[in-house]
Amino acid sequence: MKAILTVVGQDKVGIVAEVSRFLAEEQINILDISQTILDGYFTMMMAVMVPENSDVKQIATKLAELGQALKVDINLKNEEIYRAMHQL
Amino acid sequence: MEFDKILETIHMISDQNLDVRTVTMGISLLDCIDSDSDVACQKIYDKITTKAKNLVKVAEQIEMEYGIPIVNKRVSVTPISLVAGASNDRDYVKYAKTLDKAAQTLGIDFIGGFSALVQKGMTKGDEILIASLPQALTQTNLVCASVNVGSSKSGINMDAVKQMGQVIKDAAELDYMNNAKLVVFCNAVEDNPFMAGGFHGVSEPDIVINVGVSGPGVVKTALEKVKGKPLDEVAETIKQTAFKVTRMGQLVGSIAAKRLGVPFGIVDLSLAPTPAVGDSVAQILEEIGLDQVGTHGTTAALAMLNDAVKKGGIMACSHVGGLSGAFIPVSEDAGMIDAVNAGTLNLAKLEAMTAVCSVGLDMIALPGDVPAETLGAMIADEAAIGMINNKTTAVRVIPVPGKKVGDTVEFGGLLGHAPIMDYTHVSSAAMIQRGGTIPAPIHSFKN
Repeated sequence: MKAILTVVGQDKVGIVAEVSRFLAEEQINILDISQTILDGYFTMMMAVMVPENSDVKQIATKLAELGQALKVDINLKNEEIYRAMHQL
Repeated sequence: MEFDKILETIHMISDQNLDVRTVTMGISLLDCIDSDSDVACQKIYDKITTKAKNLVKVAEQIEMEYGIPIVNKRVSVTPISLVAGASNDRDYVKYAKTLDKAAQTLGIDFIGGFSALVQKGMTKGDEILIASLPQALTQTNLVCASVNVGSSKSGINMDAVKQMGQVIKDAAELDYMNNAKLVVFCNAVEDNPFMAGGFHGVSEPDIVINVGVSGPGVVKTALEKVKGKPLDEVAETIKQTAFKVTRMGQLVGSIAAKRLGVPFGIVDLSLAPTPAVGDSVAQILEEIGLDQVGTHGTTAALAMLNDAVKKGGIMACSHVGGLSGAFIPVSEDAGMIDAVNAGTLNLAKLEAMTAVCSVGLDMIALPGDVPAETLGAMIADEAAIGMINNKTTAVRVIPVPGKKVGDTVEFGGLLGHAPIMDYTHVSSAAMIQRGGTIPAPIHSFKN
């Protein structure tokens, strides 16, 4: 499934590296990546491709743990939800 | 896609309690009718547990992949009075127990449809079902019941109204929680995914998926950005928010229907509060500019909210249905409870509010000594509002034996807690004891 991964939190060294390393371990391909500072917070958005037979629940749990370790909020959702809500 | 839109969605879900309140599978039981009730109950159990076998699994998969909480998974069935009427049984508790067992096997949260539609008169099956209600509700956990006593087309069946007042009293004596699972309707809809009033109407397909979405917190947060602006801007903001929320419901419903291999019915966009902080319809009305819900202006604010929610939702999905609007259950809404405790909100004002919102007197706790005729009269008033205004109204009131005005009763979970509310102690008994019918209003003759 094509998904959007967002990372929001205090900027610090190594966030992109850690998240990318995790994605590589899970065989999740990064299709697009962009980042900005919004309201003083580091905000990164990645379009990724999660392999079809992955255990999404397990990936979400591991991402939450990674987020805790990096002190950022990491969120992974199927991109269709954003299209449905914000595009006609 | 822009950052701000993606973050808006994430905040709606994580901080503002946006959720899919329920994915409800409607299942017709018309092909389970049998004159032998044991055979009928076996067919009912088999059909429900076969057709809805994957309901919970699919809902959980969607929840995980899309990151949207799906709070409840439910099943609604054909009104049991229609199914059980073919048997010679003297009570239908066995049917209720069958539904309960099927619900437990599936791992769903509720099953609705222990129901009868008696707006114009009662069949033998209707009579037995209504008489079975107190025991059926006491002996089951997940079964929800409803009785439709009136409609704009056929008037109000006052014999049924009288009887339902007594049924509520009797059910309360057995266990006051029984009445949290019982709704008395006027103009009940056939595709309602919400409980306790959901059932699967006879004009529906064999199996269907209906979805209910909610998110009072999302609307309140959106309104914080238009403080002090004219009310048209408030209405516009509600519409746009309702649109986004309904689109999410449409997406979830269509995916669920596809994965379960059944047709997708409707999205019911209802602002259904929960006791959680920030998940309150009362707080939306207060954000519009009322110091506390229940004061003058509440009915106008609620009318605008309810209408704007419908307008926003209608373009967002292929079929809108159910009740779609704002719910005002007292015990499930922290803002409503505060207003009752402060003396700002009373039964009279709640009744006025039900004339412009999508349901009726909902989750209102009353002293245990409230007379059955007074309960009947409350039902009659609500049914009259629904009948004249061509809208659904309902009564779900909960007399609590041993409790008096000022006490609090705990329901637990999504049902919350409620202060015991006062009612008018002047008797309506002579009117209710007349029975008969309130004829259909003049505007019902449209042929």
